[in-house]
Amino acid sequence: MEKEYKYNRVFEKEYDVIVIGAGHAGCEASLAPARMGLDVLTMTVNLDHVAFMPCNPSIGGPGKGHIVREIDALGGEMARNMDETMIQIRMLNTTKGPAVHGLRGQADKKKYHLRMKQILEDQPNLDLKQEIAEVLVEENGVIKGVITKTGILFKAKKVVITTGTFLKGKVIIGEATFNAGPNQQYPANKLSESLNELGFELRRFKTGTPPRINKRSIDFSKMHEQEGEKDLTFSFDSPPYERDQVSCYLTYTNDKTHEIIHENKMRTPLFSGIIEGVGPRYCPSIEDKVVRFPEKGRHQLFLEPEGELTAEYYISGLSTSLPEDVQYDILSTIPGLENAEIMRPGYAIEYDCFDPNDLKLSLETKKIKGLFSAGQINGTSGYEEAAGQGLIAGINAALSLKSQEPLILDRSQAYIGVLIDELVTKGTEEPYRMMTSRAEYRLILRQDNADLRLKEIGHNLGLISDKRYQKFLDKKKDIEQTLEFLRNYQVTPTPENREQLKSLDSGALKKPVKLAKLLKRPEVDYDDLRFFAPELPEVSQEVKDQVSIQTKYKGYIDRQMSQVEQFKKMEDKLIPQDIEYDSLENLRLEAREKLKKIKPRSLGQASRISGVSPADISVLMIYIEQQEREKKDGTK
Amino acid sequence: MNTMKEDTIAAIATPFGTSGTGKVRMSGPEAIKIGNKIFQASSNMKLTEAQSHTAHHGYVVDPKTNKTIDEVLAILMINPRSFTGENVVEFDCHGGMVPLESVLELLLDNGARMAEPGEFSRRAFMNGKLDMAQAEAIIDVINSKTEKSLSIAMEQLKGGLSDKVNNIKDKVVTLLAHLEASIDFPEDEIEGFDSSQLNERLNEVEKPLKDLIKTSKQGKLYQEGIKTVIAGKPNVGKSSLLNYLLQENRAIVTDIPGTTRDVIEEYINLDGIPLKIIDTAGVRESDDVVEQIGVKKTRTSLEKADLVLMMLDVSQGLTEEDIKVYNLIKKQPTIVVINKTDLDKKVDIDKMQKKFKEHPLLLISVKEEEGLEELKNTILEEILQEKINTDNEVLVTKVRHRDALIRALESLQKVKVSLDDGMPYDFLTIDLKDVLFNLSSITGETVTEDIIDQIFSDFCLGK
Repeated sequence: MEKEYKYNRVFEKEYDVIVIGAGHAGCEASLAPARMGLDVLTMTVNLDHVAFMPCNPSIGGPGKGHIVREIDALGGEMARNMDETMIQIRMLNTTKGPAVHGLRGQADKKKYHLRMKQILEDQPNLDLKQEIAEVLVEENGVIKGVITKTGILFKAKKVVITTGTFLKGKVIIGEATFNAGPNQQYPANKLSESLNELGFELRRFKTGTPPRINKRSIDFSKMHEQEGEKDLTFSFDSPPYERDQVSCYLTYTNDKTHEIIHENKMRTPLFSGIIEGVGPRYCPSIEDKVVRFPEKGRHQLFLEPEGELTAEYYISGLSTSLPEDVQYDILSTIPGLENAEIMRPGYAIEYDCFDPNDLKLSLETKKIKGLFSAGQINGTSGYEEAAGQGLIAGINAALSLKSQEPLILDRSQAYIGVLIDELVTKGTEEPYRMMTSRAEYRLILRQDNADLRLKEIGHNLGLISDKRYQKFLDKKKDIEQTLEFLRNYQVTPTPENREQLKSLDSGALKKPVKLAKLLKRPEVDYDDLRFFAPELPEVSQEVKDQVSIQTKYKGYIDRQMSQVEQFKKMEDKLIPQDIEYDSLENLRLEAREKLKKIKPRSLGQASRISGVSPADISVLMIYIEQQEREKKDGTK
Repeated sequence: MNTMKEDTIAAIATPFGTSGTGKVRMSGPEAIKIGNKIFQASSNMKLTEAQSHTAHHGYVVDPKTNKTIDEVLAILMINPRSFTGENVVEFDCHGGMVPLESVLELLLDNGARMAEPGEFSRRAFMNGKLDMAQAEAIIDVINSKTEKSLSIAMEQLKGGLSDKVNNIKDKVVTLLAHLEASIDFPEDEIEGFDSSQLNERLNEVEKPLKDLIKTSKQGKLYQEGIKTVIAGKPNVGKSSLLNYLLQENRAIVTDIPGTTRDVIEEYINLDGIPLKIIDTAGVRESDDVVEQIGVKKTRTSLEKADLVLMMLDVSQGLTEEDIKVYNLIKKQPTIVVINKTDLDKKVDIDKMQKKFKEHPLLLISVKEEEGLEELKNTILEEILQEKINTDNEVLVTKVRHRDALIRALESLQKVKVSLDDGMPYDFLTIDLKDVLFNLSSITGETVTEDIIDQIFSDFCLGK
């Protein structure tokens, strides 16, 4: 069943890994295997759009910011690229608990792109080329390479596909439609067909963007200014971020705006039926918001600068596919935007994507060996979600070449683990966005401890340098020693100590207590302890924060850790991949079908498939045990 | 899902229904410790010090109240020499669901978890206690038990329990969705709560939850029958009332005082609530030996009564004997029933009302069938201590449900503690999710998607 492929020439170099696409998933998927010593080719439709941000110029937020920190701890590039190029950073959610603190940074789109492009260009073992991938070449279910639009066959042992919204991309602005990728780029139509031929069922998702307007036409005096904060960085290893920051601005829609939207409802492509794809609920267009929540008198808009070398401002919250003339009418009703000059109109974009049920937890496709996929093509949305998958797909492409076990992060290790587990196990009915409420072990998966959770893995993979790792080990040692000190140091209720506690508005001390117990008090900070214990270790702010969190919330953390232990037991029970579900007659039909489709890796993953009951798990468990015993008896 | 947890599980091991004796089985690392907490051996030996494969006579006693639940035989098997390969304690109890469920409840209250269908067998298999030939059989057992317990569960959910639980669940989901939305979308305009608002929202969950748990006591009464004693001096009409309630002539009725010489027990079904009606002999002093025994029995049953119907004769007035009877029962929940209103009144009703002002007082005539409907309603009200409408009232009768509700309440109380301690939202959600998880284990639905769906239906979010 050899297929005939047409091409003009075979490229002389055979690559270990080819990555199709150089967006946020593609960049990480390229850098990881190259840094692990493999030959990588990255091909993109347009070299001027490497690490391009077609949507808003920001990275982070709760859940998403966590992923960026995890990428950094595993040796990815997103966090450092952001620290080098961003123009504002803030920590969100500081009052709602340490686990949900979220870093959010304003990117300079052009600088972000340029710096990332440079990193790829300078990366040894990595070739960056402007090519349009059209056909995936496979032989007996194994990937062999990629043929481009211009007729070159690039051979490779592994291929990672990270095409974002380019697959049969269709841009819609009111009644006008174009076949295009984001920002009117060349869409990947043929590649979509090639995937169909390989047996992938593609689905249609939709997302949207707001208009961009010229800074000189904005009246900022009618808006609320939001400034950045000092001393924050995404990467654990970046130097302190000290530059002047650029502000964002808040304004609101009003009754007048909503009236205009209602009047033009019939001209929105969603209502007129032009849009077929499924859009995300958390990223609704302004017309969606106004129609679905009529009781809301106003909707918040957030003006973000697209960069320092451009006058373009992105109006977050005003995503729309209404006709351009209506976009003008809408803007004219909004305080500060009355005279706004649109530079790029808002648009909706539809694209083809995979059913992520077709993937393994390693992000390799189940159908074609050696073909991996990551990012928006897997049904997610967001730069961070894409980058996290790209990193894992790149790492696993490399590991499989080295005949090593894939890197699979579980739900108790990382948000990236939660993300991939949910995609692969449950699938998604809308573009998937990470939220902290998706993580059952949220308190363990904090953004402050991503390095403690993952840096060792990054180092073992060769993605974290020895120098960076040593710095981390030093920090870890500081944390342990400080915790030890707090556990052992006794504070006695001397008159001075009592007086000091009083001045801190803290309860009286009746008998001697350990220092850790004092730190547990909400009103007592690490530095307050120095009065009671002059020998208190002098450590970095990072270490102080870590020690404080681990001490203050110990009870809750311990409880979650014991849940994690239980969870791990089920995750560690692996299901043999050659299992014949059809021979397990005691499985209910629905469960058998689901198990056959998803092919879970472990009993834990199987138990999360909807339609698989605890009784089905018992059947599986006993079957696996039986098999193991048979094997054991056989070897005797 | 609970599979493979190495915790301690318990369940009733004998089939549902009434039989001579029944078995409650507990298996897991803590089994002996938990068993020891609730068991008092006649020999005073502690279970924790007993040898493996020994049986001990004694009593299951609630360590909180010191109340004796049942006389049992405790059988101890120390790991790995047991059916499951773990520590196992079995209690052979008196048959009937009531003692069995009471013992099980006590185990759950003291640290055991309700076993899932087939879980004992599965543990046995996983610990190498069963050979491969038996494995297939176990799968069948698991499947059939799951089906059976499913159908039993469905049965139990009838009568509105799931509605009640779902109502509480909805409140929790709405609150959680609000907290989660404000956590995950900090830049959107979501109004937060101050701590008193949060407290109020938690109370809105706590109250119906507590009410539901309270009904589990009533649920127990349902199964056991409510011990209702008809008391009064001889010939006041006790047996006539019993017969009326039974709608058949079960007891012998004559005009000669003292005809009912023994305690007569009958079950009736009053609007769905089983009453165990106990007609007593009088309590007068007598030289008749047989009658003396009857009087003694009467006193005993009066002490154990859930409810006493104290009968007086309107035509006789309040006699010294009446007062004697009343003194015996006045601490029990009592309804004063003045019978024979068809005859001439010799008592001053106002005076009586004053005298018995702590109890409901009714005038009836069994002969003319007057006031009897009202009596029935008063009985129900008195039992359930609130106006009862049996169509809407949901009673929690199953140990599994009660256990889940109590766990939900405990988690809710942890949320309140966190709130009092000034903990941020994230910490409230941890236990609030446990509340939801426990409630969902009753109705058997998953919850994670519920919260996310709720977030998007309640709030306008995103850019």
